[in-house]
Amino acid sequence: MPLLSVKDLRTYFHTRNGIYRAVDGVSFGLERGETLGIVGESGSGKSVTCYSLMGLIPQPPGRIESGTAVFDGVDLLRATPAQTRAIRGKRIAMIFQDPMTSLNPYLRISEQLIEPLLIHEKISKSEAMQRGLAMLEAVGINDAAKRIRYYPHEFSGGMRQRVMIAMALITRPEILIADEPTTALDVTVQAQILELIKKMQQELGMAVIFITHDLGVVSGLCDRVQVMYAGRIVETAGTRELFRTPRHPYTRALQQSIPSLQAKGAELFTIPGMPPDLSKPLTGCSFAARCPQAADRCRHETPDLTAWKPGHEQACLRVQAGEI
Amino acid sequence: MADTILELKDVRTHFPIHEGFVIRRQTGTVKAVDGVSLSVQRGEVLGLVGESGCGKSTLARTIMQLVPTTGGTVVLEGKNLTAGSTDEIRAVRHDLQMVFQDPFASLNPRMTVFATLAEPLLVHGRCTAAEATGHVAELMQLVGLAPRFMQKYPHEFSGGQRQRIAIARALALRPKVIIADEPVSALDVSIQAQILNLLSQLTRKMNLSLLFIAHDLSVVKHISDRVAVMYLGKIVEIGRAVDVIEHPRHPYTRALVSAIPVPNPEIERTRQRIVLPGDPPSPINPPAGCAFHPRCPHAVEKCRAAVPALRPDDRREVACVRLGEF
Repeated sequence: MPLLSVKDLRTYFHTRNGIYRAVDGVSFGLERGETLGIVGESGSGKSVTCYSLMGLIPQPPGRIESGTAVFDGVDLLRATPAQTRAIRGKRIAMIFQDPMTSLNPYLRISEQLIEPLLIHEKISKSEAMQRGLAMLEAVGINDAAKRIRYYPHEFSGGMRQRVMIAMALITRPEILIADEPTTALDVTVQAQILELIKKMQQELGMAVIFITHDLGVVSGLCDRVQVMYAGRIVETAGTRELFRTPRHPYTRALQQSIPSLQAKGAELFTIPGMPPDLSKPLTGCSFAARCPQAADRCRHETPDLTAWKPGHEQACLRVQAGEI
Repeated sequence: MADTILELKDVRTHFPIHEGFVIRRQTGTVKAVDGVSLSVQRGEVLGLVGESGCGKSTLARTIMQLVPTTGGTVVLEGKNLTAGSTDEIRAVRHDLQMVFQDPFASLNPRMTVFATLAEPLLVHGRCTAAEATGHVAELMQLVGLAPRFMQKYPHEFSGGQRQRIAIARALALRPKVIIADEPVSALDVSIQAQILNLLSQLTRKMNLSLLFIAHDLSVVKHISDRVAVMYLGKIVEIGRAVDVIEHPRHPYTRALVSAIPVPNPEIERTRQRIVLPGDPPSPINPPAGCAFHPRCPHAVEKCRAAVPALRPDDRREVACVRLGEF
């Protein structure tokens, strides 16, 4: 039984310009201690999926139309406020893309860092400070005793992301959701943060959902990857398997369109066109309009995610029929 | 070299820091660009990489004469831009054009594509108002946009299409050099590939020189003939893209290359990664000697002593005093 099991999640945004189907039928499971990568381009629904689980979708305009997300017997999508409070920030924690804006500039790091402990655990303030200090040291902030009294603006971007990670992990969560945590950072700092996440995961044994658009980051960090396109999962497999034998045409195209450090290519492979407008009802496969191998029925039949082989699922009608 | 089109000699751009309101005094200097010399050949793509704050965008703005230079010279086809008057600079502006990072901010939201692209043509008297439609249509086709969208506004286009408009605007006056400052970093991978292909086709077709600034080494390697690596206002390594990126010599370039995640689990999980400690230092108080020494795994006493100059080494130039010692 997986730690978290999401079934048929649909999150729509009801706007003046129509219904925007940001997440349109997403199902996946997360095992204890596993690292799951969610990859996709902007607007593919990878962040909205996780925000839905955390109850962070502004409603309205957003609405969770259907689905279940069961974590330890509780459906996160239908949890009472009390249930949500007991899970969010304690057993499931989240870090965000931009460490510049996700810390409160008016509060010292110490206050922000120990807030989750004071809320979720019966603990005195001095004990909480002790744990906060230990946590700051664990995420690699030198001179933590002094720096815990700093304000966010006194830290660099990489240091702030370390503080965010310390805040998220201080309650020893079972799941960490990381939404593009290194996208705003320089590559050398990104390398530091990725090492840190790996190290903390081993120490705490937590599961990680890592949202990114960078296939390179995924390949070093994740056990399993799911690729999202236009609000749906188009392919999911173990990382090695997915990179070695991608089946879905979108996954293949995505892989070929990244410039590589290894090979010197003359012309990059490009995917023609743009992702579909999610505010228009979509019939058939969402990638059909851009797919070089699309057949007539791809435009009419909606493909389901089916097992291509054990542990490797993909949603392409023509692959399922054995045609490509 | 006979066909050098753009040459920079010891270019320095410093910004003073003032403190105090009633009694203002200068309390420091940000040395954003500090002694950069490089040249761009006709038809060449020179990539410029570095982390945020290393001065690569300031260098671009300095070449464009958008910020005043503190010292050194920028020579475009024999004309010294740094010594020129405003009128003289204006006279060569059309040879030097720029593409910016954010196509959402760099296009005027109140101007149609036609107005955006016709403006430089009319200002420089390249055509009459009557001929403008034809020229604009031609430009749009050049960058892969259908001319029937001429009367649309920027908000009606996607990010990739807007970047195409920005490129068309830069090309309108048939420049000899284009400076592109992070032109693809705001775009998704699949769109990024389209823009990269477009830029390399255009440079070949129009014999353009391109100074391509980016922080993503794999993108730079893909498009560039030569690459320059910047750290804290100085070039630390410059040479052919294949040499510099496949066999980096400077410890910083090595760390930079090794920090890039490779989209291949087999390689990614077995290779050695050099994780640098700390953050890039501040350009206000740069470390003494080699600016990289506090983070460098090979730093010794002499690295603190003097600022290393670029020296030829293995088909490139590297600024490291310990070359060959590690």
